[in-house]
Amino acid sequence: MTDKTPCALNLTRNDNILEAAFAGDWVLETEVPAIETVLAQLGDDKNIKQLVFSTKQLGRWDSLLMIELINLINYAKKQGIPIDTTSLPEGIQGLLSLVYAVPEQTGVRRKQTQDSWLAIIGNAGLNLFKDAQAIIIFIGEIALCLLGLVRRKTSFRLVDFWLHTQESGPSALPIISLISLLVGLILAFVGAVQLSLFGAEIYIADMVGLGMTREMGGLMAGVIMTGRTGSAYAAQLGTMQVNNEIDALKTMGFEPMSFLVLPRLLALICMLPLLCLYADLVGIVGGALVSVSFFDISFAQYLDRTAAAIHLKDLAIGVSKCSVYGVLIALSGCLRGMQCGRSASAVGDAATSAVVTGILFIVVSDSVMTLICNRLGI
Amino acid sequence: MTSPCLAIKDMTLAYGELVIQQNLNFTINRGDIFIIMGVSGCGKSTLLMSLIGLLKPIKGDVLYGEESLWQAEPEARQQLLRRTGVLFQSGALLSSMTLFENVALPITEHTQLNAERTRQLVAYKLALVGLSEFEDYYPNELSGGMQKRAGLARAMALDPEILFFDEPSAGLDPVSAKLLDDLIRSLRDHLGATIVMVTHELASIFAIGNNSVFLDTETKTMIATGSPKQLLAESKDPKVIRFLTRDNADNLQTSDPKIKQGTTYEQTR
Repeated sequence: MTDKTPCALNLTRNDNILEAAFAGDWVLETEVPAIETVLAQLGDDKNIKQLVFSTKQLGRWDSLLMIELINLINYAKKQGIPIDTTSLPEGIQGLLSLVYAVPEQTGVRRKQTQDSWLAIIGNAGLNLFKDAQAIIIFIGEIALCLLGLVRRKTSFRLVDFWLHTQESGPSALPIISLISLLVGLILAFVGAVQLSLFGAEIYIADMVGLGMTREMGGLMAGVIMTGRTGSAYAAQLGTMQVNNEIDALKTMGFEPMSFLVLPRLLALICMLPLLCLYADLVGIVGGALVSVSFFDISFAQYLDRTAAAIHLKDLAIGVSKCSVYGVLIALSGCLRGMQCGRSASAVGDAATSAVVTGILFIVVSDSVMTLICNRLGI
Repeated sequence: MTSPCLAIKDMTLAYGELVIQQNLNFTINRGDIFIIMGVSGCGKSTLLMSLIGLLKPIKGDVLYGEESLWQAEPEARQQLLRRTGVLFQSGALLSSMTLFENVALPITEHTQLNAERTRQLVAYKLALVGLSEFEDYYPNELSGGMQKRAGLARAMALDPEILFFDEPSAGLDPVSAKLLDDLIRSLRDHLGATIVMVTHELASIFAIGNNSVFLDTETKTMIATGSPKQLLAESKDPKVIRFLTRDNADNLQTSDPKIKQGTTYEQTR
């Protein structure tokens, strides 16, 4: 960079005319002479009839000069001092005329308001209410679509359904295997520490078997699918919303609910119980690995114990819970996607919100169902 | 003022094996409003990407003044690119930030200015494009024309020497497009910046362009260069004339596989 000559602003009085002379290089990131003192000088004297500028000594300049000039002009305007800009270079005059051009729209500036905490709580409550309303409407629309499907009146495409089945079923197997195996291992280790106190390591099989089938298998499958598929649904539908694709579908006579939402919903609802069964199985294998390799239990013994511990009703409870999760995950994913705004950040918000809502739904519904099972004694 | 500002030297652009444009040689002078024109899919935007450091040409170079863009080390290249500002087709404002934050972003990132000075600078830039009251708005609350002007304010934030525009008037009504053209011209006049514009909007080309290059799809190279008005009056090339007189309908309907290929590639990129 070339050397800068320091910038200066000199004021001279000729009778009632004040001349502000800019000198040196006025480029960004240089120290500027305190403009406040200049402004103060202006304010003290009521006899100034005109403010003129001189740029004979001005070197290079950029936005810095413009900012200071605008500050000066705004101040002079406030004091009611007439300004003569004709002595400025043409370029600066042109820029000033752009800055002071009357905009097409005025009076649209946002007022910075700080809501009181009462208003914030109230708004949050209203939003919650609206959200609940939206969920109910969404469920209603889905019910209508399902009715249409039964009557064969909707634009449901089977090929989409198979595509999403592949996506939310077999494609998820690797991650489900890994997580379930590890959860099985963890359950076995956690139990073994306590059970070995009584020399009852054989009951690791009961613990892992019951734990996986009744609770953890379904829960893990649900959480994984929320993060993997629920968020993907929200992002896909949200991006379609941003690109006007959903509007396009509507104009072509497709009902987005049955065309986009229904295949995803049904695919996930069909796949999640199967994934749950698979997760149960892999978790039990994980428990077996721990028992066989760290405790003196043979594989056959472990399987025998597991078979004795798990009843069909445990399996049925786990799988039916997981079916419920399937509905909830698909609902939250599709709902947030369809609600998405029309910007890139809105898509991110939709995906985040889908995961948060999904996991919240899963955990709450799980607690409720566990409580019911407990009361019913099953 | 006819010192070269940007020189394109023997450049070939390609995506993988697919050559888009080759043997490009032209210079852009300081203070020009330079138009890159051609039919859809001819590689205008691709050329622009290589000028602003987003796509490395497979052959040739871009000179900013005397300095090479593509031979430079990445850091030196970033330094060169700080002398430029780019307005993308859709404005490319960050949707999670207000207009103020969008324009302030390059300022706070690349300068040491304090908060008050930054605020004044942003206010000045937004006033230049006529959006001074919209500081607290998010991009999706604005019309397309306003988004473009806000994008322009951000592109100008650091007083660039060269401003690049990708289809500035695309999607704008004639009145907004005219306003934007006027704004671009007055910024060139008052700031002394060089403007490089990719466009096929004939009204803009003739209204503000004072130099241009015409890219062709079939020969994959430039087939004309000069001021648009002069090209219209003097060019013998039927493609150029067809383009500049708006009679390019039959060109688009051609079954020439190369054109088809070029277009689909643009779309699937």
